Amino acid sequence: MFTYYLELALRSLRRNKVLTALMVVAIALGIGACMTTLTVLHVLSGDPIPSKSARLFYPQLDPQDMDGYREGEEPPEQLTWVDGMNLLKAKRARRQALMTGGAVPVQPAQADVEPFFSDSRYTTADFFAMFDAPFLYGQGWNEADDDSKARVAVITRKLNEKLFGGKDSRGQVVRLKDTPFRVVGVLDDWRPNPHFYDLNVGNYTESEEVFVPLSTSRDLTLPRNGSTDCWGRGGGNDGDHMENATCVWMQFWVELASAADAPAYKAFLENYSREQKTLGRFQRPVNVRLRNVMEWLDQEKVVPSDVRLQSWLAIGFLVVCLVNTVGLMLAKFLRRAGELGVRRALGASKREIFKQLLIEAGVVGLAGGVCGLVLAFLGLWLVRQQPADYASLARLDLAMLGATFALAVGSSVAAGLLPALRACQVAPALQLKSQ
Amino acid sequence: MAIRPILSTLRRHKTTALLVVLEIALTCAIVCNAVFLVSQRIERIHMPSGVAEHELIQVALAEIGAKPDEHARTLTDLAALRAIPGVTEVASVNQIPFGRSSNNSGIKLDPKQNKPTLNATNYFGENIGQTLGVQLVAGRLLQPEDYVSIKEASKAFKEGKLEGLPRLVVITEPMAQRLFPGQPALGKTIWLGSEVPLQIVGVVKHLVRPSIWNDAEAQYSMMVPMQVEDNQYLIRTAPGERERVLAAAIAAMKKNNPHRIFWQKRTWDEVRQRFFDGDRSMTGLLIGVCVALLVVTALGIVGLGSFWVAQRRRQIGVRRALGATRGHILRYFQTENFLLATIGIALGMVLAYGINLFLMVHYELPRLPAVYFPIGALALWLIGQAAVLGPAMRAAAVPPVVATRSV
Repeated sequence: MFTYYLELALRSLRRNKVLTALMVVAIALGIGACMTTLTVLHVLSGDPIPSKSARLFYPQLDPQDMDGYREGEEPPEQLTWVDGMNLLKAKRARRQALMTGGAVPVQPAQADVEPFFSDSRYTTADFFAMFDAPFLYGQGWNEADDDSKARVAVITRKLNEKLFGGKDSRGQVVRLKDTPFRVVGVLDDWRPNPHFYDLNVGNYTESEEVFVPLSTSRDLTLPRNGSTDCWGRGGGNDGDHMENATCVWMQFWVELASAADAPAYKAFLENYSREQKTLGRFQRPVNVRLRNVMEWLDQEKVVPSDVRLQSWLAIGFLVVCLVNTVGLMLAKFLRRAGELGVRRALGASKREIFKQLLIEAGVVGLAGGVCGLVLAFLGLWLVRQQPADYASLARLDLAMLGATFALAVGSSVAAGLLPALRACQVAPALQLKSQ
Repeated sequence: MAIRPILSTLRRHKTTALLVVLEIALTCAIVCNAVFLVSQRIERIHMPSGVAEHELIQVALAEIGAKPDEHARTLTDLAALRAIPGVTEVASVNQIPFGRSSNNSGIKLDPKQNKPTLNATNYFGENIGQTLGVQLVAGRLLQPEDYVSIKEASKAFKEGKLEGLPRLVVITEPMAQRLFPGQPALGKTIWLGSEVPLQIVGVVKHLVRPSIWNDAEAQYSMMVPMQVEDNQYLIRTAPGERERVLAAAIAAMKKNNPHRIFWQKRTWDEVRQRFFDGDRSMTGLLIGVCVALLVVTALGIVGLGSFWVAQRRRQIGVRRALGATRGHILRYFQTENFLLATIGIALGMVLAYGINLFLMVHYELPRLPAVYFPIGALALWLIGQAAVLGPAMRAAAVPPVVATRSV
């Protein structure tokens, strides 16, 4: 029976090609627009480090003076050097890393390549293990390197291609800001999205190309990027003496053994704040935060509001397209009331009529869905041509491919259900009489 | 034209008629809001900058090695830039309008007040106002003798002394109005944080900030008399000369000190272009969706109209045989569409208002101006009429003889 109904459906659809095309195109446009925007939203609101995001925490303290104090406000988004170092040295978590971003002049050994700037990260030894950064060659530096301000660097695969032709460059020398650094490791392709560990340099920016110990970067005063917030007399600092300044400019992350250890770590932060207050360094009442990766991304509202707006717009568009198709299909089915009346009179049950019409609707929906998928690929290609920094991420993954099919099938059933239900209510006697 | 027969016909096609109404309502609601969003974006893209838009060039460099004598280097660079034929003004600056990276301060009217009155951006650099080409509305621009060097100022600031700190400031008119509503700002003193008092000596019409968190505060800018040596230069020249001057500037800087990397060398038009890239692509997308929505709706009306005409051929034939003219039949379908569109539009207005409320809460959008409602209504009426014209003409062409035939 299924093949027979399919044949009937195709015949009926072929009878009015323009109308069939109109219905298919409407569904396809709606699904294409929806899938494009939802895919972008899905990619941008994803978990950058799924295996650990519940165990990685971002501590915040409030070291500011009483000027401008208002109860209940968020503490600053970053830490001062002193607090960062204190928390790092306390080693209360399984792993911890203190960091800031920058850009260093890279001077290639090849005479024909001009020096260029690479984004850099100045951090401490645990960074790579804590964030599961994959190594192609070698590994990160260790704590002794941090302590001795060692001239060591980890570079990315991309920079390794550029400087060393992709060879295993461990032990090679790379010149950064007129200083020779020994390459200890080469990272494989790694781009956590969003760039959660430092949102100041861009929410969806690419990972840095050069990683250098934080102590070394301060020793050489390598150029910094990112945001600096000062209070009191901190603003008068010139960047070379940031260690003592009343400014926040460091990011600090900790990895706990399990999410259940968070309250204990938070208690430690509160204790630390109280201690600092007794010492006279802190003035405000204790105000700490300890958010895991997803909570932190949520707090910082990383997903651009334009992307959310686009999703709403696309959903609205899909609804209009579906209403349009439902209307057309209904009109089409009702016009065939005579034909359906004859079938009913010849013994077909309501169920059979319903099945026949639903198959016809399903064919339209399926065709619309397939075309919609093609349009979604086209839409995502268009998004990738945009100048936004998240543009290159807009790709369909398996989950969203499945969702597209679910949406296509769901929409087609939704579009076919009402017309089919309505049309199989036809009273056969009335139809036959009017003929 | 009698409306009652149309209504009684529609009552027999309740579901289908309802779907048309729903489609028109949704389209109307979305298009009204989308067009409003587009107008907001276009207004934003054309935000006034207050500077000589097509006459500016930005060149920014960074030292590769250790820092040389920054003061001497800046003087040499400025002299070399000034020597390029066609250059009218140059300045060594800390930031540029729409440039993204910015230095900002909380501004107080009284050093003892707890929270700053507003947050404004600091433009530093000798000759910056003259180079940017800001438009003075009161007082004067900063002159060379007003300036202090940033090194001295930082030292004085850290030691808590007033000598060595800048004493004067030029602010924008919107900022002046926010700080001193209804009063002349000239001669008044404002506080940078709680530490630095600055006397207002000039007010300029506009000067946009480098990074904008809130559009209402986009013009809160100050020019503070501090010399900076950040390796960042702003050059002013005639619009047609920019390409040549930029090339000459790069060559001159390279000659002065080759151990530097250029990280920015562009005209200010490019700066503005890049700043609004996101708004421009969003505008394009919104317009695209609006057009697609209207086309889909129009085609839906055409499709449905054709069905109804085909379905009612016999009735039309009967009416024609009973003396109805072609005009009568044409107007029948036009009125029917008008009725459906009107109901749809009325419903759409309510929906549009609802969507706007949602956007106001979640996207900090202003209220939808009332003018969008009649414009949206008119657009949908016109589209409805245009879409139904084809099917209605086909209906009018049905000959009376159809009435005598059985189907």
